[in-house]
Amino acid sequence: MRTAPLGHNVSLERRAWNIRRHAILMGEVQGQGYIAQALDVADILATAYFHAMRYRPDDPAWEGRDRFLLSNGHYAIALYAALIEAGIIPEEELETYGSDESRLPMSGMASYTPGMEMSGGSLGLGLSIAVGKCLGLKRKGSDSRVYTLFSDGELDEGSVWEAIMSAAHYKLDNLIAIVDVNNQQADGPSTTVMGFEPLKEKLDAFGWFVQRIDGNDLAAVRTAFDAAKAQHGQGKPSMIIADTLMGKGVPFLEAREKNHFIRVEAHEWRLALDALDERKPS
Amino acid sequence: MKPAAPKTDTGKPRLTTSAMIASIASEGQRTKPAPFGHALVELAKEDGSIVGMTADLGKYTDLHIFAQAFPDRYYQMGMAEQLLFGAASGLAAEGFTPVATTYAVFASRRAYDFIHQTIAEEDRNVKIACALPGLTSGYGPSHQATEDLALFRAMPNMVVIDPCDAHEIEQVVPAMVRHRGPVYMRLLRGQVPLVLDEYGYSFELGKAKLLRDGYEVLFISSGIMTMRALEAAKALVSDRIDAGVLHVPTIKPLDAATILACCAKPGRLVVVAENHTVNGGLGEAVAGLLMREGVHPAFRMIGLPDEFLAAGALPTLHDRYGISTEALCARVKGWLK
Repeated sequence: MRTAPLGHNVSLERRAWNIRRHAILMGEVQGQGYIAQALDVADILATAYFHAMRYRPDDPAWEGRDRFLLSNGHYAIALYAALIEAGIIPEEELETYGSDESRLPMSGMASYTPGMEMSGGSLGLGLSIAVGKCLGLKRKGSDSRVYTLFSDGELDEGSVWEAIMSAAHYKLDNLIAIVDVNNQQADGPSTTVMGFEPLKEKLDAFGWFVQRIDGNDLAAVRTAFDAAKAQHGQGKPSMIIADTLMGKGVPFLEAREKNHFIRVEAHEWRLALDALDERKPS
Repeated sequence: MKPAAPKTDTGKPRLTTSAMIASIASEGQRTKPAPFGHALVELAKEDGSIVGMTADLGKYTDLHIFAQAFPDRYYQMGMAEQLLFGAASGLAAEGFTPVATTYAVFASRRAYDFIHQTIAEEDRNVKIACALPGLTSGYGPSHQATEDLALFRAMPNMVVIDPCDAHEIEQVVPAMVRHRGPVYMRLLRGQVPLVLDEYGYSFELGKAKLLRDGYEVLFISSGIMTMRALEAAKALVSDRIDAGVLHVPTIKPLDAATILACCAKPGRLVVVAENHTVNGGLGEAVAGLLMREGVHPAFRMIGLPDEFLAAGALPTLHDRYGISTEALCARVKGWLK
């Protein structure tokens, strides 16, 4: 059963809500998963897939598509939810999440899943691949854009900064990178594991067009994507720094002690769905 | 093997370290300049998908020849090997055929995970060509890629090629581009020895070729060690030792059929010679094959020791670590006694 009809006239709020719901259902299948992260990036993914990007659900490899690269492969549960909502993956498949023979493994891989453009998970890869794809698209004279989502923890990786330098050097204005700043990585708060602030100033100095927004404010996310898209032809890559709240949309998860894996008890998946249902947008 | 304080009265002339990019050709040997760069330019005239990429080592991998011929198809990625290979994956995903160059140490050690995940796991059509393979630099372990073959052999999807000379490199370039999928090739640059043209040799991906037959000894070798093995085989004639040479430029996939057929000939000492640590390279690949298939000739391995090698002049180091022609001859004569 679809949680929302495909097609037009569905609000971004409802798309984000649907994405959250798909993700919780997948989390329930496995009894685990990066659910708090999926909830925090749902607004970004909804805006990417239902406002910003060009793609054909029935032809995920369509040459004219915009590319979406998930660098933080452990956020796969969130992207699968968006791909399901976008009609690229059938909704029934969410029941296979993380299971043997599934097209939806716990960490995203290019060869497994339609719409998954790269094998992420070894952190810090996405931006480098994005640079190559942007160079390639420009070589081909394509007007497609490359979107890449990565996590604040990945800012610790030197390769990310190699790619940041090169994207500015090659004036890759067909690149829109989104960094999810939920301030949580494996060993604790990202800002204490390895300080990266002041991030906007750093990226400004690296020659990017940088916006810092509340990544759970859909209007702000939409405006930021529009401004980033308008950079095409202006000679600068775009970075959207999205400050997000882990567990967003499910109050008891928002309030839970912050961890890389947020604790979710077996009975709480249903409670999470109930909490989400109470906040169902029209 | 780190030196003590220098002695001044050894009585032997002390050689100086050759330039980092010095030719490995011996004095008077026939050579050809930049065979990789010129072959790539010829190929790129017909194949518009080819793009060249490097990490601040264009001039030192002969890719500058390509850059001069096709400046708009050349990507300088800066001294950033992880970015180099990640971006190569991205370009390949968009339908191009990136030929990415750096030194073998940096590809195999610094960027290994990037090659593993973004190129091999995603099965991208990237060609990796790397200079200073094995012990071809006197600068010490920072520049001596003594583990590259073991590392890339272990990587699924990766084809691994160790060419011998300029004649072979000219043929490896089109062959590796014709092959769909990731390839790692060891690169000799600058004035590259010319040897195999005298043997009527032609490179075929995945094929080992018998360059010279012999009754008592069979060298199995790749890369510059094939050149050394051929020289050793000639020199051993004066000791009435008849040695053959089986050249195995494709380390992976290994030409099991040819190797087994050659090793099954009775009464012959098999000596694998490689410009690589004895751990995990051609020697152990051949040994494993022979064990698995129940072919058991007398078997010896010549390769670099499992240690960080010294800095110094290449002739000195090749003698010390047993991969010079003279060292090959001495080892074989010792084993046949």
